[in-house]
Amino acid sequence: MKHLPFAVLGVVAALGLGVVASSRGEEVSALWIVFAAASIYVIAYRYYSKFIADRVMKLDAGRVTPAVRLTDGLDYVPTNKYVLFGHHFAAIAGAGPLVGPVLAAQMGYLPGLLWLVTGVVLAGAVQDFTILFISMRRDGRSLGELIRSELGVVPGLVALFGAFIIMVILLAVLALIVVKALADSPWGMFTVTATIPIALFMGVYTRFLRPGRIGEVSIIGLTMLMLAIILGQNVAESATLAPLFTLTGTQLCWALIGYGFVAAVLPVWLLLAPRDYLSTFLKIGAIVSLAVGIIVLAPSLKMPAVSAFVDGNGPVWKGSLFPFLFITIACGAVSGFHSLIASGTTPKLLANETDSRFVGYGAMLMESFVAVMALVAASILEPGIYFTMNSPPAVVGTSPESASAAVEKMGFAVSAETIAETAREVGETTIISRTGGAPTLAVGMAHVFANAIGGKGMKAFWYHFAILFEALFILTAVDAGTRAGRFMLQDLIGTAVPSFKQTSSWVPAITATAIVVGAWGFFLYQGVTDPLGGINTLWPLFGMANQMLSAIALTLATVVFFKMKRERYAWITAVPTVWLIACTMTAGCLKLFSDDPAIGFNAHARKFSTALERGELLAPAKSLEQMRQIVANDHIDAVLCLVFMAVVIAIAGFGIRACARALRSDRWTAIELPLGASVE
Amino acid sequence: MKLLAMVRDSLRLMVGVPSYQTYVDHMRRKHPESLPMSYPEFVRDRQAARFGGKGSPRCC
Repeated sequence: MKHLPFAVLGVVAALGLGVVASSRGEEVSALWIVFAAASIYVIAYRYYSKFIADRVMKLDAGRVTPAVRLTDGLDYVPTNKYVLFGHHFAAIAGAGPLVGPVLAAQMGYLPGLLWLVTGVVLAGAVQDFTILFISMRRDGRSLGELIRSELGVVPGLVALFGAFIIMVILLAVLALIVVKALADSPWGMFTVTATIPIALFMGVYTRFLRPGRIGEVSIIGLTMLMLAIILGQNVAESATLAPLFTLTGTQLCWALIGYGFVAAVLPVWLLLAPRDYLSTFLKIGAIVSLAVGIIVLAPSLKMPAVSAFVDGNGPVWKGSLFPFLFITIACGAVSGFHSLIASGTTPKLLANETDSRFVGYGAMLMESFVAVMALVAASILEPGIYFTMNSPPAVVGTSPESASAAVEKMGFAVSAETIAETAREVGETTIISRTGGAPTLAVGMAHVFANAIGGKGMKAFWYHFAILFEALFILTAVDAGTRAGRFMLQDLIGTAVPSFKQTSSWVPAITATAIVVGAWGFFLYQGVTDPLGGINTLWPLFGMANQMLSAIALTLATVVFFKMKRERYAWITAVPTVWLIACTMTAGCLKLFSDDPAIGFNAHARKFSTALERGELLAPAKSLEQMRQIVANDHIDAVLCLVFMAVVIAIAGFGIRACARALRSDRWTAIELPLGASVE
Repeated sequence: MKLLAMVRDSLRLMVGVPSYQTYVDHMRRKHPESLPMSYPEFVRDRQAARFGGKGSPRCC
């Protein structure tokens, strides 16, 4: 009898997917996929995560957790599981689950949906849950330390190095999304710029005026943000102010690099912490509103379930369904970055071992649900608008007429008037080739929100609200990430030059910050000046890096299960590991060896160097010097790709060796804290 | 726990500030000889920990 509700949900899921999959031509309500996804999550949580918790991990409610054993009221605090769920979810959910599905929508919504749902149930949530479990049984130690103790010193170093590179690529791609959203948009630029003085004011307020009043200052700050959005419209319409806030991509790129450097060396209370309040609360608020909006309004999906671009020739990104769809959607299905969070603060806050299932597996399901919402937001737009916004300028040109003609050729009719009208509605001069996912999502969100509150007259406000919310938490991630990267680097260099480790000393701090900013700034500049829009190059690199880290984390989990002598259940992590390795290695090989210049880095380099030999110029290069730069960039990307692949192979090798060793041993060899670990 | 208190604690923890009451209770019980930090000091300490290189990085 207790299984009955879940059987009903199973029917709902099957029905939803059936309706979606069998639709040919006619529009389907978005609720079908929302309910299908939600039903699958509930069933997976009830059965699969329970199986993992009870049979594989044997979670023990009576066992003392680090939060209880080492409790200090600061880092180690036994926390209510619902409170902790919120904390963990806010830490894992960011721009990734929102952007990836939007980009993947070029293949239609069905491929993305299926990967999101199966990926999270079998890989993503399993990874977050197992890493949380492993860290929890080891005093909440970090991924690097866990790999060092269970696999060895060298694999630990390889993993740390991998994590650093991922950080750099992540920061570059996030910054690129902001550049794409704010270039030539005085309204957006004004509101995002306004967040800096607002945050500074909030910083001074919480430090000197009303110390520690986080809630109060956040409400003041959010009110000021809303005023900034309203004011932004006047700025955009003013003949004198608008040009001041109209920046080209390249100008924005330099502005961001400068900002990233300054923000990372300022004291945290002044800019970063208050920005963090704003972005966290705005993010949670916007996600909840989007979910409510979609469920209440039940918009219908305009995008076909499966588009013609599954063949790999789509304008948004190149490459066939396998492996590139699985690289494009990382966060939301499986994200390696989460393993750093599951082995960060969360394991130090679990009051009870059994809570790790709800927090680890549950929060990741929730993130996947957010990704499904993003997919819906992109798919309720007219496909013609979607492709106008997401195709590179090389394909759609810059005028509504050229875009209309180009998109029509793709098979999606959209008139030049509709394109111009959509831009006017959201308060922009143009929506053509606003790649990067964020503007598309913003148009989708504005569509949902305006239908609920304010109607067409409010659409521009909601569009800029959505842009602000994305830009704000991306910039917070850039600040925090640059800082984290700086500490990682100081640690790494510090092993050779010990004086470099002093985090409070100015010279090492400035040097390390400059290196980190320079590293992501390099990739950002490369992306901004790319004729294919940059997202084309950087997003797959980011996806690969993220999946690679996930493969590393899942390898660790597999090794630990072998060492616990539970190898007969090791498939729960081994199968996703193999799948992720297959995806990253195939994608890596294609990126290196494909003859198509739109896919392969080397093919692209060859195309440009051949032209260079003939003394020809290929767009976007305007001089031979730039041509040489493009070739050099391609080579750097190719080397990076090679490094990723080497890291994956190395870790897989170390993993297999560790598993074989554990198999030969006749007893438990995992380095876990003993059951009755003494209390303080 | 009351729902409202839970929401408040959850929002605070999202920005890296755990329950101050729990901290004070812990200090009173385990370290009665030392004075607990004041609330503003506590928030400052948690801010420094969150962004000082030891906290976990946030996600994409």
